[in-house]
Amino acid sequence: MTATATAIRVEGLEKSYDELAVLRGVDLHVEQGSIVALLGSNGAGKTTLVRILSTLLRADAGTASVQGYDVAAQAADVRESISLTGQFAAVDEILTGRENLMLVARLRHLPDAGRVADDLLARFDLVEAGARKVATYSGGMRRRLDIAMSLIGEPPVVFLDEPTTGLDPQARTEVWASVKELAARGTTVLLTTQYLEEAERLADRIAILHEGRIIADGTLADLKQLFPPAHVEYVEKQPTLEEIFLAIIGAEQKS
Amino acid sequence: MSATHAIGDTVVLTGRSMRHITRSVDTIITTAIMPVAMMLLFVYVFGGAIDTGSVAYVNYMLPGILLMTVASGVAYTSLRIFNDVQGGVFERFQSMPIARSSVLWAHVLTSLVANVISLAVVLAVAVVIGFRSGASVLAWLGIAGVLVLFTLGLTWLAIGAGLSAKTMEGASAFAYPLIFLPFISSAFVPTETMPTVVQAFAEHQPVTPIVNTLRALIEQQPVGTDGWLAVAWCLGILVVAHALALAAYRRRSA
Ligand SMILES: Nc1ncnc2c1ncn2[C@@H]1O[C@H](COP(=O)(O)OP(=O)(O)OP(=O)(O)O)[C@@H](O)[C@H]1O
Ligand SMILES: [Mg+2]
Repeated sequence: MTATATAIRVEGLEKSYDELAVLRGVDLHVEQGSIVALLGSNGAGKTTLVRILSTLLRADAGTASVQGYDVAAQAADVRESISLTGQFAAVDEILTGRENLMLVARLRHLPDAGRVADDLLARFDLVEAGARKVATYSGGMRRRLDIAMSLIGEPPVVFLDEPTTGLDPQARTEVWASVKELAARGTTVLLTTQYLEEAERLADRIAILHEGRIIADGTLADLKQLFPPAHVEYVEKQPTLEEIFLAIIGAEQKS
Repeated sequence: MSATHAIGDTVVLTGRSMRHITRSVDTIITTAIMPVAMMLLFVYVFGGAIDTGSVAYVNYMLPGILLMTVASGVAYTSLRIFNDVQGGVFERFQSMPIARSSVLWAHVLTSLVANVISLAVVLAVAVVIGFRSGASVLAWLGIAGVLVLFTLGLTWLAIGAGLSAKTMEGASAFAYPLIFLPFISSAFVPTETMPTVVQAFAEHQPVTPIVNTLRALIEQQPVGTDGWLAVAWCLGILVVAHALALAAYRRRSA
């Protein structure tokens, strides 16, 4: 275990699916207790990176470690340290919400699974729905349950793959609040998103994944500096992250 | 990962998939209904025309029907795995600090329990329509042992199919040829009555020695070499199916 405060360290990571080179040398460092948003358009490889970090997929080259554990060589230790909320809610439709939570609590070998479940139902506003089969839940309820399941056992690192895609604004705000609460407790959060606003609102640092590499990585202020100054003279308001994103991607494509 | 955790995790996950069965009892009914219909058809329609010597026809064909029950039962095992993979639940378990093998073993145990229940239903119907046997407890243990071994082999086939399927239909399609296999065996008619080529196939495919073994045990006859052949086929299927399933499993994370 390294003594640094780096929770996630990715160096030169490469991954191809047959001919398609999705990750072509990704470098990323995430500090303990911070929220980092990984921004990228459809097919940029966000899910691929998250799946490698959560030991579901093997990389072709490069290294990645979580809490000092190598994702390939020390996968079991990595799994002790993380939880994954995948891009699509991974909940058991046939069980009730409460049973889903209890299932995860038992698999994490926690002593009082029932109490853990009840606490999370309350925290995620699912008390009324707790005894109902998940098959009857709305998309937002499913997502909340999904995130609640990921928090059981309080893993130090949480991966959230597009946690708010497909949610209405109300549900999105709720998810944002839970993510902030997590970070306040010292949890490291790596979330992927296509919404620039989400990255802007939540993240301490923003990393942009484009054409297989991290082409920009920094605080919102850092990224705003990357915005070509010539443009700043013509706009009265501050550039939005969206403009920065498009400007950076545009510059990459020209070079 | 300690062994006690591996067992504990398997128990928890088995409890979960058992709920899937108790909450959709229709899967047990659907599993049993086709073999039961087949049994009624053969006993009351075709059976009279088939000469099985001194053995009552319902006794004669029950082993084949039992194997059919297992073959249609494991289609649901495959479907349950497919749904777990498709719904992301499988990956959630894989990313958790649990013994990875418990995820598959839970499905294996659930499949065994579900098939035993279906077999019991089919057996009960057989008794109602006249099945009787003076087999000893030991012989019944032998029958149960062969059926469990056969179920295990087919279950691992189902797990491989469920892990690699792209569609829901694909997940259960592997079971159709297995359901059909007893027809070209000694299950319903003596193989001597078949044309040479068909007979050659019937006598060299796994269902025939397994059926002959079960029938001999039911009729209190000597099992002979069929017993060894049956066990060898079951173990062979189990070993190959297990290897295929693990290969399909590893392909998922390549
Ligand atoms: N198992 C796979 N086999 C082949 N190609 C794949 C596989 N998984 C992903 N890909 C391809 O790899 C690329 C990156 O996919 P990935 O899911 O990582 O992107 P993403 O950034 O998460 O996209 P999205 O925003 O749509 O979720 C895509 O072009 C995708 O089609
Ligand atoms: Mg994705």
